[in-house]
Amino acid sequence: MIRVEHGTPSSRIGVMLIAATLAILAAAPFWGDRQTLRLLAEIYTFVALASLWNLLAGYAGLVSVGQQAFVGLGGYALFALAILLGVHPIVAILIAGPIGAIVAVPVAALIFRLRGAYFAIGTWVVAEVFRLLASQVSALGGGSGISLPAAVVIAMAPSRQVREFETYWLALSLTVIILAAIVMLLRSRHGLALTAIRDNELAAQTNGIDVWRIKFAVYVLTAFGTAMIGALIFLQKLRISPDTAFSVNDWTAFVIFITVIGGIGRIEGPIIGTIVFFVLRQALADLGSLYLLIMGTVAIIVMLLAPKGLWGMIAERFGWQALPLQRRLVFEKETRG
Amino acid sequence: MPDLLQVKAIDVFYGDFQALFGVSLSVEAGQIIAVIGANGAGKSTLLKTIAGLMHPRRGEIRFNDLTLTGRPAFDVVNHGIALVPEGRRLFPSLTVEENLLIGGQPRRPGPWTLPRVYDLFPVLAERRHLSAPALSGGQQQMAAIGRALMANPRLLLCDEISLGLAPIVVRDIYMRLPQIAAEGLSLIVVEQDIAQALRAASHVYCLQEGRVALTGATHELTRETISAAYFGV
Amino acid sequence: MQWLNIILQGVLIGGLYAMFAAGLSLIFGVMRLVNIAHGDLIVLAAYVSLIVTQAMDIDPLVSLLLVVPIMALIGYALQRGLLNRTLGDDLLPPLLVTFGLSIIIQNGLLELFTADSRRLQAGAIEVQAFEVLQGVWIGVLPLIQFAIAVVVIAGLQTLFYRTAVGRAFRATSDDQSVAQLMGLDTRHVFAMAMALSLAVVAIAGIFLAVRTNFDPAIGPARLIFGFEAVIIGGLGSMWGTLAGGIILGVSQAIGAQIDPGWQLLAGHIVFLIILAVRPQGLFPKVTG
Repeated sequence: MIRVEHGTPSSRIGVMLIAATLAILAAAPFWGDRQTLRLLAEIYTFVALASLWNLLAGYAGLVSVGQQAFVGLGGYALFALAILLGVHPIVAILIAGPIGAIVAVPVAALIFRLRGAYFAIGTWVVAEVFRLLASQVSALGGGSGISLPAAVVIAMAPSRQVREFETYWLALSLTVIILAAIVMLLRSRHGLALTAIRDNELAAQTNGIDVWRIKFAVYVLTAFGTAMIGALIFLQKLRISPDTAFSVNDWTAFVIFITVIGGIGRIEGPIIGTIVFFVLRQALADLGSLYLLIMGTVAIIVMLLAPKGLWGMIAERFGWQALPLQRRLVFEKETRG
Repeated sequence: MPDLLQVKAIDVFYGDFQALFGVSLSVEAGQIIAVIGANGAGKSTLLKTIAGLMHPRRGEIRFNDLTLTGRPAFDVVNHGIALVPEGRRLFPSLTVEENLLIGGQPRRPGPWTLPRVYDLFPVLAERRHLSAPALSGGQQQMAAIGRALMANPRLLLCDEISLGLAPIVVRDIYMRLPQIAAEGLSLIVVEQDIAQALRAASHVYCLQEGRVALTGATHELTRETISAAYFGV
Repeated sequence: MQWLNIILQGVLIGGLYAMFAAGLSLIFGVMRLVNIAHGDLIVLAAYVSLIVTQAMDIDPLVSLLLVVPIMALIGYALQRGLLNRTLGDDLLPPLLVTFGLSIIIQNGLLELFTADSRRLQAGAIEVQAFEVLQGVWIGVLPLIQFAIAVVVIAGLQTLFYRTAVGRAFRATSDDQSVAQLMGLDTRHVFAMAMALSLAVVAIAGIFLAVRTNFDPAIGPARLIFGFEAVIIGGLGSMWGTLAGGIILGVSQAIGAQIDPGWQLLAGHIVFLIILAVRPQGLFPKVTG
């Protein structure tokens, strides 16, 4: 009998550490102040966005510089549902996911006709189209945007503190769910196909893997997750406008730099990258455009000298894995009584 | 006669895989050398290394009293070694004439000019403005040889020019080799067609799994000796 | 009559878009590299021209004489020093490095010049126009720009298909190893291609700067216009790119006439329609 085992010694430790960390983070409202909660929530959303981008680019080989299309779409879905249809904000976040996925289907059908870097620019065009369309919707503030009405905000919870706790736990759970979904996907048969595509697309194809169907599915699923995170982000901001919703700098540049520095094509990469990103930001005290300049330069250097990123270097050197994603065949003797 | 080319005990690797083990070879001016061996014996690797497309990890390559080891291919051709690559590999975006013209890019002095190449291979003149892929296999081979000649090399490396061609076409091409060698041009010919190689060359090297299994003057070697070296029995 | 004016405007600006595209498709043709920083380099050229015209008190069109060589030099150094290292089978490095470059250029310009809008003054020529038909006017400057765009494209075609340099470009693009066997240093060939691309970018940048207000953030939109012109026109054909640029310009002009907010959207929609029904473009070159 043959079993497939996923764990390694380091991944067993990794899982325990992760569980412990999650417990501590879940309890943050009780030990952290408002600043800390906001910072942590921001970290979670970047981890989620970067992990989703990593799945798209690092595994499926679809390099998108237009994921801000779905961040903004999710944000506007939330505002539209809450303001125009009176949907409860948290429910609206959940609905934003399917909305993102449904929109992603015709988008993918169009831009999958482009290859490589032209595909990337195509995703950018789509984001631009969304931005321009959003500016035309006067019911949601047109070009200047709109704030979330007090009535909607109160619907979440009467007191601000409870609302802060709610959004914090939402951010944490959404990120954990997205990460868990990614891990489950990679552990599944489809995940094996994805890893094959990541390693050598042509070989994967000649081995019977329907590369395009998988890429299509990954694109739609990523849009699903990205839209939900987008809805969450703008629920927290309480205000949306076309320029902030579809900002390349905020939702794509940083996400790409995070993933490149942390390590593309590995799950742990975006997490490491986000930590580096926020440590640098605290250290450089948010110097605005200079900060982007530095991140960009670091990303280029990493791309040229250590293309597998920080985690890639560490993992190869020490053979570590934080999560049980290896596949080992274990042959067990059949015992007959 | 002093050696034009001296390859001294080169080891060549593809990543971790060793393709050549201590291979040595020498060519005098005006000589035609044949390199034979089974598939995978390392013949193409040898030519590519001499041409500078690959570099030996150990050993030395000396040409015309210069050390060429490790120099990039575009430098090697400037010094007078031209390669007719395996599979012809004409530039598909260029016409026949443009392929020949770009062969002359190194601008080395010498007898080979566009009219002279057309003289050697008249069929190319007829098709000069066609795009390279429109030619037959034999014509493409002629174009590839002509392109290499345009660099006015002192040493011409021919990698499996008979590959995929009908015997009559192969004979047609080989018939012109003496014309090419007439002015003192040296040739190294890598061939699957052993009989053809032995007819054309004065010396032969037989490679077997990356090593020189046999070398000698063609008229001194018997069929049996060559077979034994070729197959490694 | 009014519609004729509008369409004419669209055609003329199409020339500018075609110039945005020309540098982009040149590079893609020679080394399969799509330079995401292309639009930002156009803006950089505009700022270089700003410095040159202010420092030397000369006309923007005269500044071309300095800005073109400066940008060409930047292109050579950029390719040789950075971008050559990204070329290879993997498509991630060139994409991500040029994306990083785009962000760096934008923010570098922001730090140096602030987000203030600038414009280059070309003098009286900016407002000159002449009447071709009754009620139909053509601006002198847009016409000159269009004419120069056509000349540039014709020049690039000639270079590519009738010169030794063009042969070298095409051969290197076909087969890098064998190109080396022809005595071509591919690192140098690629760098020359990028230098040429940025020379075209310099011209496009100055034309842009004279025509509209510019600031550090408008680069990506220029990249997108160039890209759309290439896709609409068809990959591999310079004249197709000109056609693509014209179609884009006309679409935008018509869109703007319907509603000012629809100018850009109209262009994107036409692009998406072409992508949907004829993805190979309208005039694709059938390459061997």
